[in-house]
Amino acid sequence: MRLKRALLGLLVVVLLGAAAFFYLVRQPALPAGQPPPPASFDATLIARGAELAMLGNCNTCHTKDNGRVYAGGRPLMTPFGAIYATNITPDVDTGIGSWSEAAFVRAMSRGVRRDGQHLYPAFPYDHFTRVSTDDLRALYAFLITREPVQAQTPANALPFPWSWRALIAGWKALYFRPGEFKADPTLSAELNRGAYLVEGLAHCGACHTPRNRLGAQQNDRYLGGGEIDGWHAPALNSSSTAPVAWTREQLFTYLRQGYVAPHGVAAGPMQAVANNLSAVAEADVKAIAAYIAAIVGRGTAGQQPNAPTPGAPAPGDQDQKSAEGATIYAGACALCHEPTGQQFSARGIELTTSKLITMPDARNLAHVILEGIKPPLASPAALMPGFGDVLTDHQVAALMVYLRRSFSQQPAWPGLEDSVRQARHSATEP
Amino acid sequence: MTAVNPTLSRRALLGSGAALVVSFSLLRSPVSTVLAQAPPRLPGSLRRSPKLDAWLRVDANGITVFTGKAELGQGIKTALLQVAAEELGVEPSQIEFITADTAKTPNEGYTSGSQSMQDSATAIRHAAAQARELLIAAAAQRWGVPAEQLTVKAGTITAPDGRSASYGELASADMLNVEAQPQSKLTEPRAYRLIGKPLARVDIPAKVTGAPAYVQDLRPPGMVHARVVRPPSYAARLRSVDSSAVEAMPGVLKVVRDGQFLAVVADREYQAVQAMTALAKASVWDETKSLPDPAGIYDWVLKASAKEYVIHDARNGEAATGGRTLEAVYHRPYQLHGSIGPSCAVAQAEGDGLTVWTHGQGVYPLRAALAEMLHLSPDKVRCVHVEGSGCYGHNGADDAAADAALIAMALPGRPVRVQWMRDQEHAWEPFGAAMVTRARASLDGSGTVTDWHYEVWSNAHSTRPGGAGNLMPAWHLATPFAQPAPEPIPQPTGGGDRNAIPLYQFANTRVVHRFIADMPLRVSALRGLGAYMNVFSLESFMDELARAAGADPVEFRLRHLKDERARAVVQLAAEKFGWSAGRLAKGRGRGFAFAKYKNLAAYTAVAAELEVEHETGKIRLLRFVAADDSGEIVNPDGVRNQIEGGIIQSASWTLREAVAFDETRITSRDWSTYPILRFAELPDHVDVHLIDRPGQPFLGTGESAQGPTAAAIGNAVADAVGARIRELPLTPRRVKAAIGI
Amino acid sequence: MLTLNVNGQPHQVDGDEATPLLYVLRGDLGLNAAKFGCGLGQCGACTVLLDDKPVLSCLTPIAVAKQRQITTLEGLGGHDGPGPVQRAFIAEQAAQCGFCIAGMIMRAEALLRRNSAPSEAEIRAHMTTNLCRCGTHMRILAAVRRAAQMVRSAATDAAHAQEARR
Ligand code: FES
Ligand code: FES
Repeated sequence: MRLKRALLGLLVVVLLGAAAFFYLVRQPALPAGQPPPPASFDATLIARGAELAMLGNCNTCHTKDNGRVYAGGRPLMTPFGAIYATNITPDVDTGIGSWSEAAFVRAMSRGVRRDGQHLYPAFPYDHFTRVSTDDLRALYAFLITREPVQAQTPANALPFPWSWRALIAGWKALYFRPGEFKADPTLSAELNRGAYLVEGLAHCGACHTPRNRLGAQQNDRYLGGGEIDGWHAPALNSSSTAPVAWTREQLFTYLRQGYVAPHGVAAGPMQAVANNLSAVAEADVKAIAAYIAAIVGRGTAGQQPNAPTPGAPAPGDQDQKSAEGATIYAGACALCHEPTGQQFSARGIELTTSKLITMPDARNLAHVILEGIKPPLASPAALMPGFGDVLTDHQVAALMVYLRRSFSQQPAWPGLEDSVRQARHSATEP
Repeated sequence: MTAVNPTLSRRALLGSGAALVVSFSLLRSPVSTVLAQAPPRLPGSLRRSPKLDAWLRVDANGITVFTGKAELGQGIKTALLQVAAEELGVEPSQIEFITADTAKTPNEGYTSGSQSMQDSATAIRHAAAQARELLIAAAAQRWGVPAEQLTVKAGTITAPDGRSASYGELASADMLNVEAQPQSKLTEPRAYRLIGKPLARVDIPAKVTGAPAYVQDLRPPGMVHARVVRPPSYAARLRSVDSSAVEAMPGVLKVVRDGQFLAVVADREYQAVQAMTALAKASVWDETKSLPDPAGIYDWVLKASAKEYVIHDARNGEAATGGRTLEAVYHRPYQLHGSIGPSCAVAQAEGDGLTVWTHGQGVYPLRAALAEMLHLSPDKVRCVHVEGSGCYGHNGADDAAADAALIAMALPGRPVRVQWMRDQEHAWEPFGAAMVTRARASLDGSGTVTDWHYEVWSNAHSTRPGGAGNLMPAWHLATPFAQPAPEPIPQPTGGGDRNAIPLYQFANTRVVHRFIADMPLRVSALRGLGAYMNVFSLESFMDELARAAGADPVEFRLRHLKDERARAVVQLAAEKFGWSAGRLAKGRGRGFAFAKYKNLAAYTAVAAELEVEHETGKIRLLRFVAADDSGEIVNPDGVRNQIEGGIIQSASWTLREAVAFDETRITSRDWSTYPILRFAELPDHVDVHLIDRPGQPFLGTGESAQGPTAAAIGNAVADAVGARIRELPLTPRRVKAAIGI
Repeated sequence: MLTLNVNGQPHQVDGDEATPLLYVLRGDLGLNAAKFGCGLGQCGACTVLLDDKPVLSCLTPIAVAKQRQITTLEGLGGHDGPGPVQRAFIAEQAAQCGFCIAGMIMRAEALLRRNSAPSEAEIRAHMTTNLCRCGTHMRILAAVRRAAQMVRSAATDAAHAQEARR
């Protein structure tokens, strides 16, 4: 196994190294300067940049827990190692204070640092390259007029060969197709706007599209479901397993409020996105919803909520587990998830419509059971306490067996207890 | 046990008479306030209950002290015990202490308005001192020794020749069954053993070890558990309910229905909870829109028909010339008490009497209201105060007592425990009223305020049970009791206009209270009443004026403040805070505020420092420094605890809290739809500095920090971001909007 | 019938295994400390320990507590022999109404069992699950710091005693 890995590594190095040779290995460094005075920017340009920053979720990656906004330091856990998001406040020494507009635009659209070094594609320039130069200028105007924050970004924790930035040149040669977004004249203005945002700044595909072993999006399965921070990013295309067809109205509310019945809450990594979208122009969120609905709609249109089929026959210990899960459900979940005569205090969705219970990947449901859900900004009532300290891995698995059987028609999850253990392991908040 | 001995019922009668007076003085015209003062001017609550043995009894089995006040979590029991022990010349541990109980204690109306020290401590102090003198006189007579030569220690009187006798031996049957005198021989401050020294709270050990401490913990033998099913909204009408299935549920003993009033009783608590849910499902309600549009609530406040009271109008100076005039309008939403433990009560109907264990603030007024609701004579009803979760004013306690009483009458003999659910507490407790204030003032050339004009629009701030009509469950009965039209609480204490009159000296001052009787949302007393909003407004506006005058906010306040004790707390807070004009780091701000609660009670000044995150408008509290003068301090740690708590609670109101509703329902139903401050959002430090005034009257402290804290935060935010936010709460969204990009 | 192990004592309880632990503790076992605050997992007034972990007993079906150790405030010490965290709360007079305090002490106990030298930030983050309406927070924090101190010195004393015995 180890040997195979090593050989593969070597192969990769050789291949990409060669490719890199033909590709421009080194881009020129651009001159360092001082941040232009805020007064030199038109206020409306800065305001537009502020919205674009929200649409691009810059704050999500470029802010560490309890850290100052945009000051970086958050590790992105890639299969290759931890890559730290940089400080994008206009601090001259530790941020982008010395970056000219040209340097910023090049980084966004070509994935190259001011000093000419290639940026790791964990920074999704394969999407940002679709963004119009005007928008990039606005974004620059916003970021460069923020409060500078002194914050050194930690060095990436990448093993060789991945630590070798020249490799990125090869990666780019293989997978990176720069170029601004081209509108499709056959689509409505709104769909084109949605497409522009989804493909570009909002970079939805970065999480929701599966990646190959070199970390490149498998665009033949575009939005077919990906991976982020130990969570499954569900498919947004026809392979979606959502038990209820998403309407564009529901998508809009979900993206805007972070919660929509009957689908539920934006939990895990998605919540930050919803929080940002609650603060941007409504029309843009509508456009994103319209575009995603146009993609996802086809697949799930017409699907019905899962009829509960309690006690459906299943092999081996499943029955016993399911019975155990049923009691846990009655005592811990039903209080909030069963309909009551008067729905007053915070209540969960009816689980027959839960998107988590039908997912191919069990980890998201495990995460929610273990960690609970903290409410999105715009939907304070959409919260759930975590049961990580209440339930053992075995009990969580038992509960999940019961839920999967009773509230979906999907086959039992394989290796459930492992998924639970993984989820508990990668849990961010206790 | 409803049978009471003659002396007690005599006192009880006297009590209920006074109860009438007190509830009148709280709710009705000034006329009856005059009535309240009719009896001779005895100190504190002795005015209402002048017999010494109403307050303490001494016999062979020891010393018992009585107070009509209730422990609400404010630590009053400990402070009163200190006062009693001090004047009696005994150790606190020698005293058995009895709090509010209509069968045992004097009538002191409500435990509210930070009055307990002024009322009860004063009464107990004088009664104890007079009792001590009577006992000494008895000893002097028995031994034929001059009283001056006798010494008292730990409840024993000793003569120079060594003869000694305990209080128990000296006390005679009705020695204390005498009227109190206006004057008492009080212990000299320099001779204090207990007053002014911290005494550990007597109730805390039980609370940290899980001993029964709350009405929620009562378990009389045979007790059963009840839950009510409330209407989904104020105006909802019960169309139909089929309770047959519920009655068949395991453990269910009874479904009680009286008009709209729905309840279920079961053997075990969880059975009652499940039955309640089932009964809610089985009930059909017709709802109608009865609430104002929440988006336009402040327009509603301004447009609602209001009665105008000019509560202050002093013109003794020239109108400003050559100066500038500023005007500002401030808004405060409905806010709720939200005790951590929802309301609870236990009631038992026996023979023709009823006993109710309640955490309400006034056992006598509650007794009168329950008696009216149940058509019983008051002496058939006994109300016993037992602690509940923290009480910050008129919450659901009295209503829960009414629930328990109604259900207990339907289940004679069984003690019935009613526990409200969280959503019931949130939706049905009376809120603190939404308010609008407008301030206008002129500065003369020298930066002195010459004309001050202030208006406050507000609902009532007390709809306490004077009668059954103020018990919410009574509204839902088949023959309902209507809620009486509220009346404003008259100055000098005031309700919506509490602290509306500035303590500052201005040449011309005019203050108008616009009282709105119509109450679409149920409102009543919430800690500080109108003072929270009025002090927020006054002290924010003083800051705006200081800025306009280019003056330091603290110096500007002192410039207009003549009251020496006020000046002292302002100066102490500023000094301890390290107040300076020095520039703080970007995004940081400091703010100052002061008030004398009710213009009658404690003087409190608060200085705050905080940090605002430019990108999000999030406020991070850094530190609070408070200075307080509560007159003579009985228990310094108790006072500190009250101020610290007031600061944190007010910070929560000010940064987070607003009751959400739509045109039909209250939608703040739990802690997710009504978020409050959590540990992660606390300041780094809260420091409280006390000024003791030995020999001065006690001044209530319980509510004095609410207003100054709010204004100090608002002023600090303005200092940090250079923009003023005049609408509470100061949410990140509002702050960010004020900051701009 | 199932057996619950509460404060080291086995207890037979009957009834629905889905019943939240809170009602069984208060009703069947007559324990007062765990309080009903919301029944929704939002306030922490009902906090008890399940195998050293802080759990909200209002949302904990007794079924999951079988064969596990349940600890309530009563289990930390009584009126005459309060435990370290309880003593710390008394020393700091960390209560107003005290209704939240049982939950606070149990949550703090759980933290100190895991880590007897928590940073201020860790304490605040850990305690943030629990609500207090009286504003006793600053004293509660002081009490937790003091309790940590007491737990640590108790540990070192024990260590020294060990040494001495060798
Ligand atoms: S009562 Fe359990 S969390 Fe509030
Ligand atoms: S002390 Fe009253 S709720 Fe915390």
